[in-house]
Amino acid sequence: MNEAIKSVKLADMPDYELVKSGTGGCAGCPSPMGLRIVGKALGPNSIMVMTPSCAVASIGVMPKSCYDVPVLNVCFASAGASAAGVSMSLDAQLKSGELTGEKPTVFTWVGDGGTYDIGFQGISAAAERNDDFIHFCYNNEAYSNTGVQRSGATPKYATTTTTPAGKSAQKKNVPLLMLEQRVAYVATASLAYPQDFYRKVMKAKSIKGFKYIELHAPCGPGWKFASSDTVTLGRLAVKSGAWLLWEGEHGKLTLNTPTKPLAEGKMPLTELEDYLKAQGRFSHVMKSPQKDAVIDEMKAEIRREMDFMLGREKL
Amino acid sequence: MNNMPINPLSCATEGAGGPTGTWRSHRPVIDTNQCTGCLMCWIWCPEGVIAKEDRAINYDYCKGCGLCAKECPAHAITMIKEADHE
Repeated sequence: MNEAIKSVKLADMPDYELVKSGTGGCAGCPSPMGLRIVGKALGPNSIMVMTPSCAVASIGVMPKSCYDVPVLNVCFASAGASAAGVSMSLDAQLKSGELTGEKPTVFTWVGDGGTYDIGFQGISAAAERNDDFIHFCYNNEAYSNTGVQRSGATPKYATTTTTPAGKSAQKKNVPLLMLEQRVAYVATASLAYPQDFYRKVMKAKSIKGFKYIELHAPCGPGWKFASSDTVTLGRLAVKSGAWLLWEGEHGKLTLNTPTKPLAEGKMPLTELEDYLKAQGRFSHVMKSPQKDAVIDEMKAEIRREMDFMLGREKL
Repeated sequence: MNNMPINPLSCATEGAGGPTGTWRSHRPVIDTNQCTGCLMCWIWCPEGVIAKEDRAINYDYCKGCGLCAKECPAHAITMIKEADHE
């Protein structure tokens, strides 16, 4: 069933648009950008579950909607429970014959707040029950919708409106928790690598059970960079090692390109400073007298994570 | 307002967030001679306003973020000030 899903050329991707033009999102927003690719991979036979986020705020004004699939807006803490319920009711209807044909793909599109913090218990429980849906976390590393407050995904030293002097705690690593929960499929992706992201969504679609895909989503207003730089920042994050690309099936980890050659030292890492200085949220670090010490600490943290993942891949 | 649906369902429609083309201060213009048809602008455009076949841009909804011009590997897209556009 799970034959290797090959990388698809852009020209061979479907024309189908899940997101209609003219959303309420900011210029250069990573959320509709990612959702368009998700729509191409999953197709129109899908049901989307969302919790409060920018993606909901940008849906448009009643009676219009920018999303072409049925959308359920549920309360913040319940993405995992709601999507599991939708999926189970579809299974029951298919069993009883009320519904025929192919089962619609149930997926969530939730920010890092709804995944890392507020929605964590529901998602963790759905992963443990192995409920049949795909959980997408588009990780913009803050509560951007409500005005950029810190979240569990905000990296150390980043400024937000609630951490004006820079965050003092390390970020969580939820994809790794999912890997260790040995879910059917878990992957991290980046907007700068759309073919890799598309392949991972196709793979998740082909697997029955709980799937978790986390998309790194640089947020212009939140991180303070120009609207044209969303993809550039995503690429810098991957090439500097601040964001790692990997996938895992039932606890078996595979590092993806370019993270694997970067971690093995076969490809030089882009200077972390290039990534940090492109964002306003780290400007206090760049101006600080302790700049070199802070950057060395961040680089040591990246090296530690890469070494950990290289070792974990051998398991 | 008479056309409001009687059930609480919204329909997928272009321009759900309004005429977002009015947000734009600069417009992307594609030089079709330089365009290699790699489709990177098509996949990355957050609004999906670039056509896959001929890379025609729907200026009704293009927000002018400039991402296509920045990422185009052939440098075929330039951002032109709306005021300078005839």
